[in-house]
Order: sequence, then C-alpha cells, then structure tokens
Amino acid sequence: MTGGAEVSELLRELAPQVLGTLVRRHAQFDACEDAVQEALLAAAVQWPGEGTPANPRGWLLTVASRRLVDQWRSEEARQRREASVAAMAPPGDDLAPAADDADQLPDRDDTLTLLFMCCHPELTGASQVALTLRAVGGLTTAEIARAFLVPETTMGQRISRAKQRIKATGATFSLPPAAERADRLRAVMQALYLIFNEGYTATSGPDLHRTELTSEAIRLTRAVHRLLPDDGEVGGLLALMLLTDSHRPARTRPDGSLVPLAEQDRSLWNQDFIREGVALLTDTLSRAPLGPYQLQAAIVAVHSEAPEAKDTDWPQILALYRLLERIAPNPMVTLNHAVAAAMVLGPKAGLDLLATLDADERVARHHRLAAVRAHLLEMAGDHAAARAGYQLAARRTTSIPEQRYLQERAARLTAGDG
Amino acid sequence: MKYILLIHVNPAALEALSEEERDELLRGHDAFHRAASESGELVDAVALADPANTVTVRVRGGIETATDGPYVEAKEHLAGWYLVDCESRERAIELAASIPDARLSALEVRPVMTQGGTEM
Repeated sequence: MTGGAEVSELLRELAPQVLGTLVRRHAQFDACEDAVQEALLAAAVQWPGEGTPANPRGWLLTVASRRLVDQWRSEEARQRREASVAAMAPPGDDLAPAADDADQLPDRDDTLTLLFMCCHPELTGASQVALTLRAVGGLTTAEIARAFLVPETTMGQRISRAKQRIKATGATFSLPPAAERADRLRAVMQALYLIFNEGYTATSGPDLHRTELTSEAIRLTRAVHRLLPDDGEVGGLLALMLLTDSHRPARTRPDGSLVPLAEQDRSLWNQDFIREGVALLTDTLSRAPLGPYQLQAAIVAVHSEAPEAKDTDWPQILALYRLLERIAPNPMVTLNHAVAAAMVLGPKAGLDLLATLDADERVARHHRLAAVRAHLLEMAGDHAAARAGYQLAARRTTSIPEQRYLQERAARLTAGDG
Repeated sequence: MKYILLIHVNPAALEALSEEERDELLRGHDAFHRAASESGELVDAVALADPANTVTVRVRGGIETATDGPYVEAKEHLAGWYLVDCESRERAIELAASIPDARLSALEVRPVMTQGGTEM
C-alpha cells in the first residue's frame, strides 16, 4: 500500500509526461488536459487503497485515453469527432503495456513544451500560473483555488478560459521556433517566479497553505534546470528561489508578524538550501552569460553567507546592485540599490538615489518607496521625517503584516522621542 | 490582486428611471456577472437591502444600543459590491466602468488587504 502523500508526489511527477504523450497523439490540448486531470483524480482515490499499479504511467495513460474517447463519444453529434476518432489509435491498444514504446520512455522534452504552452504570451500572468500548476504541476483546480484564495469555480473558469485562448491562437504542441525561444523561456521563468513569490509572501493564518506554492515552484524550476542545464538564468532562478526560501523559517514570528533581515535568527536559516543555492550559482556564473536572476541570487547569497547581520559584505552587495541596475534597470532595483548605497556610503547617498524615483510614476506612490525612505531617514537621525514616512507607507501598503510592521516602526520612533 | 468594487447609488436617481431603464440596469448587472465569471475574475457579489432596513449598533461604557437607520445619513448609500481578483489596478478600473451604476452614480475601487507580506 502506498501512502496518500507518496501517491500525490508520484502523480505530480507523472502528470506532465502523461499529458505530453496524449497531446502529441491527439493534439487537442484542452480535451487532453481535462482527461489527464480526471485520470489523476481517479488515481488519487484508488491508489492509496488498492496499491500503486506496476506501471503507473501506463495506467494513467490508459484511463486518460478512455476518458478522452468517452468525451468524444458523448459529442457524437459533432462532426469534429469523426476526424478525431479516426486519427486516434484504437483504445484497446493502450491496455497492452508495450503497445507504444515511446510511452515507456520518460518524455523529458514534453515538460518544457507544456510549460511553453501554458505560459503563452497571449495569457495573463495569473492565467499562466493557474494553467501551469494544473497541466504541468498536476495540482487540482480545488488546490490551486485554495492557494490563491478564490472560489473553485473562479479558478475553474480561469483555467478553462486560458485553454480556450491557447486553442484560439492555433498553437501546436511543439517547442517554439528558435528565434522566439529566449523570450518564451523568459515568460516561463517569470511565471515560475510568480508562483514562488505567491507562496513565499504568505505569512500565517489562512495563507499558510500557500507555502506549498513555493515548493511547487522550486520543483518545477528544478525540472526546467534538468532539461536546460546550460541556461545560466534558469540555474540563477533556481538558486534565487533556494536562497530566498532558506530564510523562510526566520522571516516570520509564530503570530505571522514579519522579521526584517537584520533581525532574523540566522541559526534558523535552511543551510542545505544555502549550500545548494551557492553551489548552483557558482557553477552557473562560471560558465554562462550573466543575467538578472543570477545577480539577484548572488545578492541573496551574500546576505546568506554572513553569520551575523553586521558581517554583511555591503560593498559587494552594492557592486552587484550597480551591475543589476545596468543590465535590468527597474525602480524596485533602484530602491534596493539605495539601501545598499546607504549601508556603504551613508544615508545621504541612499536618499539621493531615492529622490530620482519621485518622478517615476511606476513607484512614486508605492509604499516601498516611502518605507525605504523612512528607514534611511531614521539612519540619518531625522526621526520626525522617518516617522511620517513609516506612517505614509503603512497607509499605502495592502499587506496586513507589512502595515503592522510599519506602524510598529513609526510607534517606536514616537516612543524614542518621548 | 483582489479589488472590491463598491456600488454607491442615489435612490432618487434610481427612482427617476423608467421601467425600461431599470430593466436595462438589471440586464447590465447580469451581463457583468456573466462576463466576470467567465473570465475567472469574479470572486463574490453581494447586493445589500435598502438602508431602510439598517440597524446601527453602538457599545458605550459596556452598554449596547441599536438604532434604526444608517451610521452616516447621506444622499448616496452603499448598495452592494463585487469582489474581483484581477491582473492590475487598471483592469479593476476597467471592470468597474463596465458596471451599469458607473453611468448613473459612481463606483469605488479599493484593493483588499492581503495576509502575505515581504520583510523589509
């Protein structure tokens, strides 16, 4: 007998392989995806009690193929059915274990093709994420809905809409042309990072199960890294996730309040993740062109390698932010750059950098600009302005734990003055 | 991001509508409900009873009082809301603009606070 957790791990591993095989055979991504999802659900119910079949992949493929045939049969009135059924192998064939040799081979490339499909540029980020988690991650709609705190019907609609969109684009089940591949891979990485962050920012209470998203993002990024070991940015993204996630045990208190990096109990950091992240990054940096994920990972690595906050190699971090600002400029990078500049050159240097953001409408009203400025003003000893800044940031944030943290900082300065 | 689209109405303006216009308003809500559901953005929708049914509750010095009528007397009142989960603030504004009351009175778009956060 196999435990439920083991079964679900196995199913999620097999999900993209089975879907890939099916889509290559029948081409109808949306119908195949539904059929695989039903097969996964059937397995999740049957296997823990009845035991995992000898050929789990073949079992899933058989059940999913049958569902597909059932679906087509029930649409008998439709003309399209004729062509589809004619094109497919007789369902009986799937029952024989050696019917299709290709089915027995791990379809390593299919995972990547599926990811490219799910992260199609026609889809919004939220739809890419939802579809990726279902089609490649093998999560159920209910699980995804729970992780994103929306009703199952809402998530179900989002997924089916995304599949319709893909169908409408006429995308075929194949890797994107070489000329588009770099851009499309960037979209895949972005979606994976979005999944990671969605889980990482969870703090406590009703959001706690969202942390599953973090491990799911790491699992999927590992798979991409296995398929594209020479891509430095994929390695960089995986390192960034591992290094960032290594801080998770220390970044919140049991009541869900946030602990700033400088105050975290570093003995709680996940050393295995730090070691793995640093090794991955070292390897990547030595043989691939530099990119923004690698640089961000390098910055987290410098923080992670400091035994105490006061040991942090800020000049190194500042140098990395300067580089990052050059190759991938964006206002959020400037904000962090300002913090590093303040730590190395003094608060005035950081505040000067922040001043350049006041005219940037992407960030001018963002709570983080107000929060960072307040922090640097506090460093500079201007407590009244710092307090006003923390209060402004507390009003602007839409995160309850951040608001609480910012209100605390403001209150601390009020108490300090009294 | 989740946004709440608060529908503020002016009862006088509603009463001035012809039956046909009122039907159109309802159809507009049905259409919005359908479109936002199909796009996978609608999380929840609530219609509130008229403020004539409101009770305002206060506790002062441990003593509870309940008085009929709203907390704030105004020409407009909150008639209901749609809770949406959408890609951006711009999209939330676009959704709000497609609710028929936006043409009659006004909608307020407000982000919903999250439990998640990033340490600084």
